[in-house]
Amino acid sequence: MKNITIGQYYPTDSVIHRLDPRVKLFGTMVFLVSLFLTNHYLGYAVITICLAAVLKLSKVPFKMLLKGLRGILILLLFSVVFNIFLVPGRELVHIWFLSITAEGIRRAIFLGIRLVYLVIGTSLMTLTTTPTDLADGLEKALRPLNKLHIPVHDITMMMSIALRFIPILMEETDKIMMAQKARGADFETGGLLKRAKALIPLFVPLFVSAIRRAIDLANAMETRCYQGGEGRTKMHPLCYKKRDKRTYFIYAGYLIAIFGINRILVAFQILPFLFA
Amino acid sequence: MAIELQHVSYTYSQDTVYEMHALEDVNLKIGDNECIGIIGHTGSGKSTLIQHLNGLVKATDGAILYNGKNIYDSDFALPSLRRKVGLVFQYPEYQLFEADVFSDVCFGPKNLGLSEDEIRARAKKALEQVGIPESLYDKSPFLLSGGQKRRVAIAGVLAMEPEILILDEPTAGLDPRGRDAILTLIRDLYEKRKITVVFVSHSMEDVARYVERLIVLNHGHVIYDDAPKAVFAHYKELEQIGLRAPQITYAIDRLQASGLRTSQVVTTVAEAKNAVLEWFAQ
Amino acid sequence: MRFIKGRNVIHDFTDTDENEQERVVRAIAGIDLDVKEGDFVAILGHNGSGKSTLARHLNALLKPTSGTLWVDGMNTAEEENKWKIRKGTGMVFQNPDNQIIANVVEEEVAFGPENIGVPTEEIWKRVEHALEAVGMTAYRYHSPNRLSGGQKQRIAIAGIVAMRPKCIVLDEPTAMLDPTGRQEVLQTIRSLNQQEHVTVILITHHMDEVLYADQVFVMDDGKIVMQGTPEAVFSNVEQLKSYGLDVPQVTELAYELEQCGFPIKKGILRIEELEEELTALYQSGFRLHK
Repeated sequence: MKNITIGQYYPTDSVIHRLDPRVKLFGTMVFLVSLFLTNHYLGYAVITICLAAVLKLSKVPFKMLLKGLRGILILLLFSVVFNIFLVPGRELVHIWFLSITAEGIRRAIFLGIRLVYLVIGTSLMTLTTTPTDLADGLEKALRPLNKLHIPVHDITMMMSIALRFIPILMEETDKIMMAQKARGADFETGGLLKRAKALIPLFVPLFVSAIRRAIDLANAMETRCYQGGEGRTKMHPLCYKKRDKRTYFIYAGYLIAIFGINRILVAFQILPFLFA
Repeated sequence: MAIELQHVSYTYSQDTVYEMHALEDVNLKIGDNECIGIIGHTGSGKSTLIQHLNGLVKATDGAILYNGKNIYDSDFALPSLRRKVGLVFQYPEYQLFEADVFSDVCFGPKNLGLSEDEIRARAKKALEQVGIPESLYDKSPFLLSGGQKRRVAIAGVLAMEPEILILDEPTAGLDPRGRDAILTLIRDLYEKRKITVVFVSHSMEDVARYVERLIVLNHGHVIYDDAPKAVFAHYKELEQIGLRAPQITYAIDRLQASGLRTSQVVTTVAEAKNAVLEWFAQ
Repeated sequence: MRFIKGRNVIHDFTDTDENEQERVVRAIAGIDLDVKEGDFVAILGHNGSGKSTLARHLNALLKPTSGTLWVDGMNTAEEENKWKIRKGTGMVFQNPDNQIIANVVEEEVAFGPENIGVPTEEIWKRVEHALEAVGMTAYRYHSPNRLSGGQKQRIAIAGIVAMRPKCIVLDEPTAMLDPTGRQEVLQTIRSLNQQEHVTVILITHHMDEVLYADQVFVMDDGKIVMQGTPEAVFSNVEQLKSYGLDVPQVTELAYELEQCGFPIKKGILRIEELEEELTALYQSGFRLHK
């Protein structure tokens, strides 16, 4: 669990940290779209350069991001191996009943890049945005949904409360587990059914405690005059600054570049040429 | 029965930036029928120390011997140690989970694989010991008062019939009545059931009254391990590490300037009363 | 100025027991309460004496079943007063973890002012002032998760202070803290009372926390059974003990000595008082012959 960097925040002061959360949310979307539109090395080269630039600007240590990748390592290996062996096409090597094709390698590489960049991109957003900012950004960005009677404020408030209580409940799980072990509980051995049953002494107290905490928190929020999103002011109100507007122009440029490269390469039939 | 800690050290998150030494070179011996208090400010390693005693946490260095056998040896049966060394965590009432009080207390003995009769007999005995009346046996543990819940939780560990009972801040959050009930129970287990009890406390007044041996921890080191009186004689040193002596110790100490004389350090109200009476009888 | 006035306040809970039978539990059984503005008031009582239920009435989390309670002149039973009362009377609870909402200290302090629609610039001023008042400015950008229990409670207090309340009710704020944390919180409460002139109502079962109170109420079985200055309340050691409460060790010693025939004043609370009394007594030539 400790290897997941999505949802963690890396406190420092950088250009990226200072951007409006909405800009970062939108940027992540743009980035993901570009990632899935691109289908050739030149495009990925452009994406890599841009990503590296953002990473440099964000001052987030690369090691933090690598740690986040550990969480998807198995998924990554699986999909790469599957693609190498199972995509039909021009055969390069044949081992027993498996064949490696040129298309397979190509697809495997692209898929690998996409997965890795997807995690790096989204981690970068959460690492540079506090959970509260993120919730605020979402709340404001999704405000049109209010018209469809979707309680956007409530949902984002729940999100940020959940983020606060996850570490507390994880610690509590640990403690209850130790306490039940001290009473001879066994969480490690036995078949599936036995193990599932062994979890009851863990889950019941955890559940009871979560409810107790929820009641306490609701009381605390009420005494502090919380009445939902209406009429609330903000300590950090979101308003676009010059740098945010400029960033949107950069996004536009970035998208045009990616589309452009795509178009040009396809138009000139350069793709197969490059590969050959 | 004896547990011996030899050069035990424990480091959190070893080899990372968060590395922290919770225990450093701790040497201790706990024998039969002792009543031991552990004090130290928050973060001094008290909880980590007691979690080592039944093998829940493994020392990063050093050895723990149970009756002369190293509990970290591959052929040592850790579950049998957990049966002999009962550990009651802080706020143990948060670990209750069964539908009724009696079943909850049965959980421990059941895990020992005892016969149904033996399980019931032990649960009953443990509940009697902590003073829970039979009328509460089939009640939901969640409906009891705070003090009752805690006693049921302690019974859950007692029912495993440990040779040592270790409690992490057993009186935290209780009012004076609930606190006295728990401390009297602990003292009874030591005097009548003749087992060894160890408990962590923040109250100097409580340990002065109830324990025979006092272990003081500071930054993961054992700095005193002696009779409470001997430890509290060092109250000036204790203050430097964020601890103190019972209030009455200071009161009597001040009266020495006016001519009160005591042969040894005063740590309880009863002793203080005698000292004052003697002073005024001269 | 009377800030809180209660007349024959009663509160009943309806509870379902094991046999699905409804039963009525009387948590508060007819309380008259008067608290002056600016006072430091302590409410003492064992667990289950009704003190927490009373506390929850003071900012309209609960309403009296019968009787009337006025806070700052407003009847707590009237729905339209609810938010005004909560704005003026803040509340701090026992468990430090369960009352912190935000993921950053300064945002936690800002939560209350945000709820009552304080303009952004004003929020900034209030947050700065509140953090200073509880001595937590250095932790402004920290996550609450890594703080100690005492620090978390100080943040919770700052969150109330930022709402500029006239009164702050603390429901056993130190019950889950170690001695250091308790000291931190008590000092914070006292300085709020003395420097910011906030009316403080401290609910506790720790005797040593009430020594600095202007007024002490002792509760038992849903009633107020003793009230007065700490000295007056602690003069009745036997009575306090019968309500399941403790007295400081020096008070107990003085009481024991008095029982032995020492002409010593009642309600001694501090070491210095005991020292003075006994020294004077010894020098006056008083002796006790066994």
